[in-house]
Amino acid sequence: MTDITPVMEGIDESLAVKRPGFEVIYEWVTTVDHKKIGLMYISYALIFLVIGGFEALLMRIQLAVPNNHFVSPQVFNRLFTMHGTTMVFFMGMPMLFGFANYLVPLMIGARDMAFPRLNAFSFWISAFGGLLLYFSYFGGSGLYGAGSAPDVGWFAYAPLTAKAFSPGHSTDYWTLAVFLSGIGSIGTALNVVTTIICMRCKGMKMTRLPLLVWLYLVMCSMVFIAVGPLTAAQIMLTLDRYVGSHFFDTQAGGSAVLWMHYFWIFGHPEVYILVLPAFAFVNEIVPVFSRKAIFGYPAMVAASIAIGFISLSVWAHHMFTVGLGPAGNTFFVFATMVISVPTGIKIFNWLATIWGGSIHFAVPMMFCVGFLFQFLIAGLTGIMLSAAPFDWQLSASYFVVAHFHYVLVGAIVFALFGAFYYWYPKVTGRMMSETLGKWHFWLFLIGFHLTFDFMHVPGLLGMPRRIYTYEAGRGWEMWNLIVSIGAIFQVAGIAFFVFNLVRSYFCGKIAGHDPWDAWTLEWATSSPPPSYNFAIEPAVHSRRPLWDIKHPEDPDSDYE
Amino acid sequence: MMNTARTIPFDAQAEQPWVLPNRGTVGMVCLIVAEAAIFMIFFVSYIFYLGKSLTGPYPAQVLELPIFGTVCLLSSSFTVHLAVSALRKSKLRNCTIGLAFTVLLGSLFLLGTAHEWYHLIRDDGLTIRTNLFGTTFYSLVGLHATHVLVGLIMLSIALAVSLGGRIKEAHTERLEVLSLYWHFVDAIWVAVFLVVYVLGR
Repeated sequence: MTDITPVMEGIDESLAVKRPGFEVIYEWVTTVDHKKIGLMYISYALIFLVIGGFEALLMRIQLAVPNNHFVSPQVFNRLFTMHGTTMVFFMGMPMLFGFANYLVPLMIGARDMAFPRLNAFSFWISAFGGLLLYFSYFGGSGLYGAGSAPDVGWFAYAPLTAKAFSPGHSTDYWTLAVFLSGIGSIGTALNVVTTIICMRCKGMKMTRLPLLVWLYLVMCSMVFIAVGPLTAAQIMLTLDRYVGSHFFDTQAGGSAVLWMHYFWIFGHPEVYILVLPAFAFVNEIVPVFSRKAIFGYPAMVAASIAIGFISLSVWAHHMFTVGLGPAGNTFFVFATMVISVPTGIKIFNWLATIWGGSIHFAVPMMFCVGFLFQFLIAGLTGIMLSAAPFDWQLSASYFVVAHFHYVLVGAIVFALFGAFYYWYPKVTGRMMSETLGKWHFWLFLIGFHLTFDFMHVPGLLGMPRRIYTYEAGRGWEMWNLIVSIGAIFQVAGIAFFVFNLVRSYFCGKIAGHDPWDAWTLEWATSSPPPSYNFAIEPAVHSRRPLWDIKHPEDPDSDYE
Repeated sequence: MMNTARTIPFDAQAEQPWVLPNRGTVGMVCLIVAEAAIFMIFFVSYIFYLGKSLTGPYPAQVLELPIFGTVCLLSSSFTVHLAVSALRKSKLRNCTIGLAFTVLLGSLFLLGTAHEWYHLIRDDGLTIRTNLFGTTFYSLVGLHATHVLVGLIMLSIALAVSLGGRIKEAHTERLEVLSLYWHFVDAIWVAVFLVVYVLGR
């Protein structure tokens, strides 16, 4: 480390100066720096991950044994509603936008997002939405009673949301929270797309973008088309509840099925909005720990765009039991099955990247391998459910719950943990502990498989979702007990993770700029990066700019 | 020793100029896509509920073609374009005139909508609570009118700046971004006109 150039050392920020606490808080609250906003997004999402996880745990305690009275039916309804809403809107979206905020400008060699103030606005409006949702616990019934949380399910089917069936204000809190989260998501997505298109450093052509950036481009473009309908539907629901309009009022000729369509036009692309960033993390981590360039870059980009397009036309596979008619069923079965083609391309490309590489099983790579395996299984049960007759049998059963948790936890959360271990050194300048990381990985893996592998079985045996308890003697008891025991392992894994996060911040090994010997631009600047990211705007000549620097005798740019 | 990337190569000799799209334009296009998705859902509702109202009044009985408002709004798209191209050529006075006409025409359109609604509510007794037609009509047209209002506020700010003599050629791109939004609002009106007033009757 002798060849010091003014890349990082350009401006001395004097970070060592101790400042009073309120000044630090003031700085964070008023910041427009993409890294700080990204970190606020991530910490906010982590808090909601713990809250949502706690709700899941309460539900698993309730369902562990038959005829349990740990929570009442009303509380159970609130728990699954809040768990779903929290995990999708206030854990998943902010977490992934947090990573986008932090990484995208660094990876494309920019100093900030395209619209820094819009960025801050989007974060705070989403954060406010989350607070509003949980305020319903205190203010859900106005000044009467003790308040109550929404209990209409995370997709809030009409006419259950009508004033007559959901009196009080808890449903309004749900609507407003989701609406605000949608505004924040559209704002951030707009920002990310504009950043990627307009803020690239010199030489960063679209064909040289890191795959993470490409996937975020696709993901954020989908946000416009998917979140818009949700926002529109929330406006309609609010009008129905407050002004007395009749969009979803079946008494006045309104249609409850229309709400289902609107919700799932958002809801299914949303699944891909959540999973594309997970693909993005894996795209960055797998090549670095296999010591090979990603296999099939153009195919990966094309597959991502194909997923983006096809995912807009699969929503009604959530509605096979409504009775769409043969033409509708055929179309949505076909579209749903087709989407497994680009996803399959991705899996093969990751395998081909690992194939023949000198694999280094650090914790991020372990999580990615877990991701690959579990995402495959989740895709297979997805194909099973995409067949309408099979879905008629198992719709709204625990088989479905197991399937989508396999995607959300087995794929997305695993990739997310990998991303935490991979980029933590960049964010804090310190490595996370590998030993604790391995404990986290194995405990969480065991817990995950105990919970979600065995959750398929009661579903096949006919256990419907959203029931607060069940009778003994249906053959569900043992499976539910195993599922609940798995939850304990997951909690233990998360405890290791949180402990590791906090402990490594204070006494982790000093990481340096580039602990993983990686190839993308974020590893070129110091850890943590200065507020201006790069003192001198970088210029790139290939997809792996840092490879070119480290191997001037054989740069990638010779082959492009 | 591992060659860490402490040096980022930067070219002393510039090869080709590195030109990227204007971020205001790209951002506005993104916003327009998201807004279009929102409007799409309201259009779908309107079309889906056509003829499904259980009680009157029905569209054919009460709706009249808003020709005057339509002409006003469509020509305001033209005047805002004139304002932008005048600003690009540094003809500041023409720009002010173009903006003033745009604000005037937009306001006339809103007045037309207000008059229509007043008539519908007072004389025909159609409110958002009356039937599915009222629900979908007021929400779709109202959503559009809200967008017109937002555009008018922004255009009025531009006009005020321009009247204050503080607008310069350098602001062309910003005004162009605003004009993109205004064109979008116009295009939505064309769709509203076709769906609500032509197809819906």
